[in-house]
Amino acid sequence: MFQRWKDSITPTDIVMWMIGGSMLLMIVWGSVATLVEGKYTGRHWVDFVIFGLAQGSIYALIATGYTMVYGVLRMINFAHGEVFMSGPFTAYYAAAAMYRTDFLDNHPFMALMVIFLVAMSVSTTIAFFLEKVAYRPLRGAPRLIPLITAIGASFFLQYLFRGLYGSGVQAYPVIKVLEGQWMIFGIRILKFQVVVILAAILLMVGLYSFIMLTRVGKAIRAVSEDKEASALMGINVDGMISTTFVIGGMAAGAAGVLYALMFKQVHFFMGFIPGIKAFTAAVLGGIGNIPGAMLGGIFLGLIESVGPSLFLDGLGIPAPYQLKDAIAFTMLVLVLIFRPTGIMGERLAVKKA
Amino acid sequence: MRRLLTILLVFGIIIGLTAMPAVAADKGVVKIRKGEPVHIAYWFVISGANTSLGMDTVRGCEIAIDDFGGKLKGHPVKLSGQDEMCNPEGGQAASSKIASDPSILAAIGSNCSSAATPGAPILWGAGIPTVSPSNTSPTLTAADRGEEFNGYLRTAHNDTIQGAVGAQFAFNKLKIKRAATVHDGSVYAEQLANVFAKTFKELGGTITAQEAVNAGDTDMRPVLTSISTGKPELLYLPIFIAEGGFITRQSKEVAGMEKVKLMGADGIFSPDFYKAAGEAAVGMYHTSPDFTAFGSGYKKFLTAHKDRYGMAPEAPFHAHSYDATMLILNAIDKVAVQHDDGSLTVDRMKLRDQLYATKDFKGLTGTLNCNENGDCADPRIAVYETNIDNVKKGLMPTTPFWKPY
Repeated sequence: MFQRWKDSITPTDIVMWMIGGSMLLMIVWGSVATLVEGKYTGRHWVDFVIFGLAQGSIYALIATGYTMVYGVLRMINFAHGEVFMSGPFTAYYAAAAMYRTDFLDNHPFMALMVIFLVAMSVSTTIAFFLEKVAYRPLRGAPRLIPLITAIGASFFLQYLFRGLYGSGVQAYPVIKVLEGQWMIFGIRILKFQVVVILAAILLMVGLYSFIMLTRVGKAIRAVSEDKEASALMGINVDGMISTTFVIGGMAAGAAGVLYALMFKQVHFFMGFIPGIKAFTAAVLGGIGNIPGAMLGGIFLGLIESVGPSLFLDGLGIPAPYQLKDAIAFTMLVLVLIFRPTGIMGERLAVKKA
Repeated sequence: MRRLLTILLVFGIIIGLTAMPAVAADKGVVKIRKGEPVHIAYWFVISGANTSLGMDTVRGCEIAIDDFGGKLKGHPVKLSGQDEMCNPEGGQAASSKIASDPSILAAIGSNCSSAATPGAPILWGAGIPTVSPSNTSPTLTAADRGEEFNGYLRTAHNDTIQGAVGAQFAFNKLKIKRAATVHDGSVYAEQLANVFAKTFKELGGTITAQEAVNAGDTDMRPVLTSISTGKPELLYLPIFIAEGGFITRQSKEVAGMEKVKLMGADGIFSPDFYKAAGEAAVGMYHTSPDFTAFGSGYKKFLTAHKDRYGMAPEAPFHAHSYDATMLILNAIDKVAVQHDDGSLTVDRMKLRDQLYATKDFKGLTGTLNCNENGDCADPRIAVYETNIDNVKKGLMPTTPFWKPY
């Protein structure tokens, strides 16, 4: 057994482990130095974690869309960031109208429902037609072709919305009931962060149970495992692929509204960076695996928030938050060195091999 | 053997290419036939979060061409434009497009220093001088900026002045002893933050942190939490609209930052920033050109602006852009040679020299004198304070809160 393992090691593996090991060493060294320095108190760390959780749950919701589409089609839907943008950007106009008529302040719950409804239906529609128009005609083409198409579709959607709504930044109206903070177990949490985290958890649980417990969910899982066999079993493969896009679009639309609640700005380019981050999260968690994408998203959010202070401050690196993305992607590299299939990708790798 | 030859050949080409610009001191002559327009181009940020900055300067150019009469020695003046996107990639693309058009005599731009850094050398490589109305980064007109910037001038102030005014205001007027800065990695923001920090320390203050974020970041709460550990009394954020909006809003949500005063610079002195930041911007300070010190023509400009676009200017650099355009048109007027067949010829090198020779030019922003490194501005920087009315109506304050002079 040991002999077999030893034979399978290549020089590349050793170099990669050395790189990974030295990165780990830096991280541990930096963390210890930061903690010893004592610049941040426990309160600060709790704040960092909460900020990271809120950001991470949005990544997680977008990442599920990437991972589900990868599951059924084996392609990265790079236009997913634009699906995410289209919902809240359209819902902004509903929100602004409700704000002008004071409906937003008088019936905040109803207004939020409307915003969610508008955003999710727009994102869902876009995702549905995206698949119909851009990807379905290319079913069976080499894998590179839909990938390039996805990038093209992404540009198309960005500039379509720029043409529709203009290139400026729109400020989301402030929802008064969500301003301010709550004290939960002696921890100060901003109200909208609680809403964002709870809504994200709710949506993810709903999505996961849909995939695991319903007939349609079972059919989607069957398609992602073997398209031909599922077709032979009487599953409507194209229909299931459409359904996957619809579910991904819904999650993205909801994530978009949560994002707008948190940052209060929308513009036509807003989907690009969250899209890239969510893709990273999906790879981090093991692409094709839904709980993996969720875990990857939250992990990435946490690393971005805690990482710069924890790892870099102690090393005396100036302006560590500029390196936030570098840290996030270093984490990705580290995870992929030691677990090439991602955090939860093991089962998938065995099955699909 | 073949491979060796290839390598030698590649090296030869590289050496040849790098040596070429040194030889080509002559930039050629542009011939404008009868009836053809005198073509100048702008490269401004006309998409994305900083659109207001770019459109404000476009309007300045258009009014200047109108005021000039729309014609130059019998030829109509044509203005075309490119989008520099406020980043290095956009600056490179926009300047390459302008450089590829041999009819363009001179350019106005860029808006953002990060776009000018790669862009200005590309333009000068094609013999096109460019006058920027809003680049403020000190390196662009530093003595050691390099020959490739020989075609670059600006009517905007240099940030060695703006940063210092900010620090003096914070220390002398607000009596603040502890300040932090944050920049977004752009040339403009980083150098301005450094000038502020340096002056503030020289005055006797303490800089608690010099942080940085990335352009495109949205979640500023972690970095603000990190800044809060130094207990600053003021946060200086000389960045752009999107990130500035996020920092301003989120600073009210982070423990220990609620009471910290905020000060921005001219990059976020725009109603669009008020949109992005909301009521969190109330009480904030901005350093920006002193509109009350502008020349007598400024009133007439504002009327023309209102008539033509139905709105007040929405960023600080419209007058600088007007001056830059006027500077260029006057220089072309001086060096263009008229011929009997109704055509014009313009020597590119002479045009550049004429621009650099500008002395006592009466512009909207003051009296312009170009020095040998391309700084033409008559810089008067003041500090403005934002009140609730400014945010609600989306109008910038017009009277300075404090002046250093």
